[in-house]
Amino acid sequence: MTVWRDVVGQSQTVATLQRAVSDPDSMTHAWLFTGPPGSGRSVAARAFAGALQCPQGGCGDCRECRTAMDGTHADVDVIATEGLSISVRQARDLVALAQLRPSVGRWRVIIIEDADRLTEHAANALLKVLEEPVPRTVWMLCAPSLQDVLITIRSRSRHLQLRTPPVKKVAELLVERDGVDPGMAMYAARASQSHVGLARRLARDEGARIRRRDVIAMASRITSVGTAVGAAADLVKIAEEESTAASTERDAREIAQLKEVLGVDPSARTQPPHVRSQIAALEKEQKTRAKRFVRDMIDRSLMDLLSIYRDALMLHTAAPVELINADGRAEVDRLARTMGPDDLLRAMDAIGLARERIEANVPPLLALEAMAIELRPPVRH
Amino acid sequence: MSSPQTAVPPLVLVTGPEGLLAERAVAATLRELRELTPDVEVIRLTADGYEPGAVGMHAAPSLFGGDKAIVVQGLEEAGDELQADLLAYVAAPEPSVTLLVTHASGNRGKRVLDAMRKAKARVLDAPAVKTDRDKSDFATNEFRVARRKATPDAVRALVEAVGQDLRELASACQQLIADTEGVIDETVVLKYHGGKVEATGFRVADAAVAGNAGESLRLLRHAIAVGVDPVPIVAVLASQLRQLVRVGAAGRGRSADLARDLGMAPWQVDKARRSLGGWDGEALARSIQAVAAADQEVKGGGRDPVFAVERAILTICRERSGGGRG
Ligand SMILES: [Zn+2]
Repeated sequence: MTVWRDVVGQSQTVATLQRAVSDPDSMTHAWLFTGPPGSGRSVAARAFAGALQCPQGGCGDCRECRTAMDGTHADVDVIATEGLSISVRQARDLVALAQLRPSVGRWRVIIIEDADRLTEHAANALLKVLEEPVPRTVWMLCAPSLQDVLITIRSRSRHLQLRTPPVKKVAELLVERDGVDPGMAMYAARASQSHVGLARRLARDEGARIRRRDVIAMASRITSVGTAVGAAADLVKIAEEESTAASTERDAREIAQLKEVLGVDPSARTQPPHVRSQIAALEKEQKTRAKRFVRDMIDRSLMDLLSIYRDALMLHTAAPVELINADGRAEVDRLARTMGPDDLLRAMDAIGLARERIEANVPPLLALEAMAIELRPPVRH
Repeated sequence: MSSPQTAVPPLVLVTGPEGLLAERAVAATLRELRELTPDVEVIRLTADGYEPGAVGMHAAPSLFGGDKAIVVQGLEEAGDELQADLLAYVAAPEPSVTLLVTHASGNRGKRVLDAMRKAKARVLDAPAVKTDRDKSDFATNEFRVARRKATPDAVRALVEAVGQDLRELASACQQLIADTEGVIDETVVLKYHGGKVEATGFRVADAAVAGNAGESLRLLRHAIAVGVDPVPIVAVLASQLRQLVRVGAAGRGRSADLARDLGMAPWQVDKARRSLGGWDGEALARSIQAVAAADQEVKGGGRDPVFAVERAILTICRERSGGGRG
């Protein structure tokens, strides 16, 4: 067992990080992890944090390793924004935190999971600490790609590029770590396109598998403008239902916890203003989170949808590549019959454009309608 | 100890999620009670912050022997104590007390609901007013109750202008009833509510979908000049095109049936059907693309957002005259 077990298919990155742990000359105070979604940016950063805290340099078993990995280590702060951006106020709090010496560990580690969501002001607030490092404080920033991070931040940190891990490696991890059946593990790893978190979910949650099938089936359902607009509405609905299912309980629990923390008297008819305003603030945050969740879910659905067009294109080019949707072969065949390579490329562009638009705050329904219209098979004359 | 000599039964249950309708049901019941017992004492309890035993305490006969109405708001959030107290009360009600309970939705409090129903409670509905069809019905009924007549176009314009929020819609209806005389038509509604962002957006979209570029652009310019944000205007353009596609795809059938299936108001279906004359699928497809592109540009800042909307409007008008035959 080592702390690096879950960092799948990233041997080069792991070697670099291990060297930094064992050799002070190879260590630096700011690291930037980039890689496509699911490549394990945050997992790599947490593993690195564990290795830095661990007396044995990352055994994976000791308290330091385990708490660093699960985000409960006193000197490892993981900033995972569920809002749409990280504000300058949050950034200033982090700068203050960075000044503190580690309390129990060897290092104070601050992991920012979505460095691409730093607003410009927030990024500027961080610059000073990145320029004038605090001894024993390490920053680990994660983002999808270098372009997503402000250049001033980029130039002050050491960059590590993660790759999409091979399907087989992801499947192996699911079998070893989560006890998933090997057949299911291969399906999930392939269907998730090597996204470890998604693969785990697909392997263990039947609802997730059904939703994925529904999304894939949309490719052949869209035949007219009417069915296109209907499919767009369904995509939004699937995401909203998932969001409600995921958040209802959690939201209620958070409110209850907040009331407890504030020492709310449960028998009081009405709560004092400061309590009400704090509860209102939390509710607002929860709403933002739900919105973000819906958008993330839609993005995931679009990745699934994209995969079937990619597969159909692979059939056309007769490339010796394994299909992502090996289990949905009939669907892929049908798509390859009704759409030529150019049509498929056009469809893939449309899906990419929809993702871009939703990211740019276009209402998801409208972005998806415009996309679905482009997914209609060509009219043969 | 006199028992309340009214037609209101001792137990009243208001169910359904629409807060405004639930409030009205409670108010109407209290009014009914007061007609026969003007000095009825009203006690209001909420699920949030309920003190155990309060129902029984308030229900107990008072020294002066007056009638009471206990209003319990929010059974759907009731804790175990409140539920237990209500169950106990329903099993042994006091003759001089009327108990009103509201329940918005969900499973919590189900035993109390069942017990009240079984004890022959009067049940009043407060159904969700969500779709445009519901809102039209609501507004039409507001005017009807006040013995006023409003044209279908007036109701449509009103729902478009202030339909986002039911309370706002209700107060807009009341204002029109109080401030105007005779039949309420679209002109009257626009005079009062035409300045609303939504109303402006709808007029811009109506003109565009009808292929009237000049009028649509003029309305847009005017709206921008008075400070209206282009974002909601683009949203209305998108929703109007969406309705055309959905009604067009639904085929024939009675407007009322279609309206129910699509969650639209019958007048919206009729309006979309009239507009569809000048449209075909491909033209609608290209128009939706144009609106999506405009939305992205408007959100992107930098470039000229007004020009982005203008271009989308011009595309829609061109598609309308070129794509269809109307
Ligand atoms: Zn260790």
